[in-house]
Amino acid sequence: MGGFMSFVRKEALHIVRDRRTMLIVLLMPVVQMLLFGFAISTEVNNIDFAVVAPKHSEAIRQQVERLSVNDYFTFKGYISPQATDELLRQGEVDAVVVFAEDYDRRVNAIADGYPTGPAIQLVFDASNPNVAASGAGYLQNALQVGGTQHLPIETHTMYNPQMKSAYNFAPGIMGLIFLLICAMMTSISIVREKETGTMEVLLVSPVRPLRIIVAKMVPYFLLSCINLITIMSLARFALEVPMTGSMVGLIGISLLYILLALALGLFISTVANTQVVAMLISGMVLLMPVIMLSGMVFPVENMPNILQAISYIIPARWYIEAMRKLMIEGLGFGAVWKEFVILIAMTVVLVTIALKKFNDKLE
Amino acid sequence: MIAHTHPYPAIEVKALSKSYGEVRALDGISFEVGRGELFGLIGPDGAGKTTLFRLLTTLIAPDQGSASVDGLDILADYRRIRQRVGYMPGRFSLYPDLTVEENLAFFAALFDVKVRDNYDLIAPIYRQIEPFRTRRTDKLSGGMKQKLALCCALIHRPSVLFLDEPTTGVDAVSRNEFWDILFNLKAKGISILISTPYMDEANCCDRVALINEGKILEINTPQAIVEGFGETLYALSGEDMFGLLEAARRDKEVRRCYPFGETHHLLTSPGFDPRRFAEALTATGFCGVSVRPVEAGIEDVFIKRMGNG
Repeated sequence: MGGFMSFVRKEALHIVRDRRTMLIVLLMPVVQMLLFGFAISTEVNNIDFAVVAPKHSEAIRQQVERLSVNDYFTFKGYISPQATDELLRQGEVDAVVVFAEDYDRRVNAIADGYPTGPAIQLVFDASNPNVAASGAGYLQNALQVGGTQHLPIETHTMYNPQMKSAYNFAPGIMGLIFLLICAMMTSISIVREKETGTMEVLLVSPVRPLRIIVAKMVPYFLLSCINLITIMSLARFALEVPMTGSMVGLIGISLLYILLALALGLFISTVANTQVVAMLISGMVLLMPVIMLSGMVFPVENMPNILQAISYIIPARWYIEAMRKLMIEGLGFGAVWKEFVILIAMTVVLVTIALKKFNDKLE
Repeated sequence: MIAHTHPYPAIEVKALSKSYGEVRALDGISFEVGRGELFGLIGPDGAGKTTLFRLLTTLIAPDQGSASVDGLDILADYRRIRQRVGYMPGRFSLYPDLTVEENLAFFAALFDVKVRDNYDLIAPIYRQIEPFRTRRTDKLSGGMKQKLALCCALIHRPSVLFLDEPTTGVDAVSRNEFWDILFNLKAKGISILISTPYMDEANCCDRVALINEGKILEINTPQAIVEGFGETLYALSGEDMFGLLEAARRDKEVRRCYPFGETHHLLTSPGFDPRRFAEALTATGFCGVSVRPVEAGIEDVFIKRMGNG
C-alpha cells in the first residue's frame, strides 16, 4: 500500500509542479462559468427606450412619464415610426414603445369590454436575448400598472426570435470541463511516460499495471471534484441556477461522469503513443463531438437523424441531458435513471476495453 | 543480504528470435552470462541490443527460443523476474519534474523497499549527487542523471543489472567514473549485462558479444577477440588523407581501407609489402606517406567480421 500512496504522491507532484496547466485547469471552469454567467445575468437595468406616438394625448404622456421615472428605463425621446429600425440597429435604444394612433379609443374600448386591437406595441432588440426577455417583461408590467388592468400588448422580439436561454450552458460547461481534465490530462500523463521511457521501468517493476492506472487517476479525480464544487457553487450563487433537483443525483451522476471520462483517457492512452497524438484524439475525437453533438450548443432535437444517432454514443449528451433535468428543471433522481444507467454501461464497457488493452507488456 | 549461490547462470539465452514485421531484430541468438560476470553487448545502432534487453526484462515476448534470468523463464516466471532485476533503459528513465531524492524515493517505493535499507549499495554513487538532492532532475548534468538512474535501478538490490547504453551521451570523465562504479557492483556479486556502441569500453567487460543485424558475430573475452584478428593490420597516414583513402581503395592488394581516428586502417592480401605500397603512393604525388603495422582493436575485429558477413 505504501507503493500505491507514493504513486499517488508522485502523480500529484507532476500536476502541482506544472503550474501553468494546473492554473488553467482550476481557473478555466471559473472563467467559463462567469463568462456565461454574465450573459445570463437576470439583473437587467438601464433599458434605453424611445416612443412612437402618432397622436399625443394625456394618457400617453402619463405612461411615458411613469416609465421615465422608473430606475430600469431611460427615456430617449419621441421618434418617428420610420426611425425605429435604424435606432434599434445602431444600438441607440434597446426598445421602442409604439402607441396606437387611436390609443385613447382602444384603451377605453378595452375598459368597456369591447374587442379591439392592441393599444401598445413593444419592439425589442433581442440580439441580446436576456435584455430582451427581462426588459420586455419589465416594460409590460410597468405599462400594465399604469394603464387599465387587461391592456393587451403585442411584443415583437427582433433578430433572435427563439430567445434561447443561456442557462443551458452550465451543464454543457460541466460536460466539457470534466472531459477535458480527466480524459485529456490522464491520457497525456500516461502517454508522456511511454514517450519518455519511464513506462518501461514502471512495467519492469513488480507493481501491477492496475495499480499504476488507479494511482494515476486518483489526483485527476480529486482535481475534478474540486472543479465540481467550484462549478456548482458558481452555478448556484453567481448564476442563480435554481438547482432545486436532487442534490444526491446531481453529485452522483457527476462523479459517474468523471469516472467515465477517466476511463476514456485511459483508453486513449492505450491507442496513442505520443503526447501529440493523445492531445489530438482528445481534442478532435472527444471535444468536437461534445461541443457539436451533445446538445450543449445546438439542440439535439433539431439535428438531422444521422447526427442524432451519433449523439447517442456520446456520453456528454446523456450527462448534459441529466444535468439539465436536475439543475434547471429541478427534477428528482427518478427522472434521470435512464441517463444514469446508460452512463454506467458506457463506463463499464470503456474500463473493460481499456484494461484489456493496457497490459503489462510493451506491445 | 541474500547470498547468490544459485546453480543457474545469471542469464541464459537459447536461440532467441524476435521480429518486428519484416525486420528480424534478433535472429536466433544464444549466450550465457555467468554469476557476477560483467558481460558486454557491442554493436552499432539497430543491431538488436535494445530488443534483447526488452526480452530479458520481460517487456516483450520472443517469437522463438527461450531465455532465463536468474534461473527463471522470461515467459512463465516474468513476475518473479521483475522483482529481482534492475533495468536502466537507453534513455535515462527519470521524472524530470521531480527532485533527485523524490525520484529515488519513488523508485524505492516501486519495489516496496526503503531507501535506507539498501543505502550501502548505492552510497558510493549517491554521495556524489547527494549535494543536489533537492534539485529537479532536468537541471542535472548528463553524468549526474546517469548516476541517479543507476541508483534508482539499484535501490532494490537486484541480482542482475541490465544497462542499455548507459554511457551514451555522457562525457568521457563521467564514463570512466561510471565503469569504476560497475567494477564495484561486480565485486559485490551483481551480474551485469551492459550494451555500448563504444568499442573502447568493451575492454572493461569480462566477456563481450559482438552483435550485428540481430546475430551474434563472436563471444569471447576482449583479449581473445583481439588476438583472434589473425592478420597484420596496417595504419596509413599522410598529408592528403582523403586522397590516400581513395588511392588505397584502388590498390589491388588492399582488401579494405577505412578511416580510423587520425589514420586509415588497411586489411591486405597476402604478398602486401608496406614499403613498396608507401613508395608507390609517394611516386603518385602523395607527401609524408607512412604505412606501419598496428595492433588491432575490437572495432577492427568488428569491421572485419561485418565485411565478411
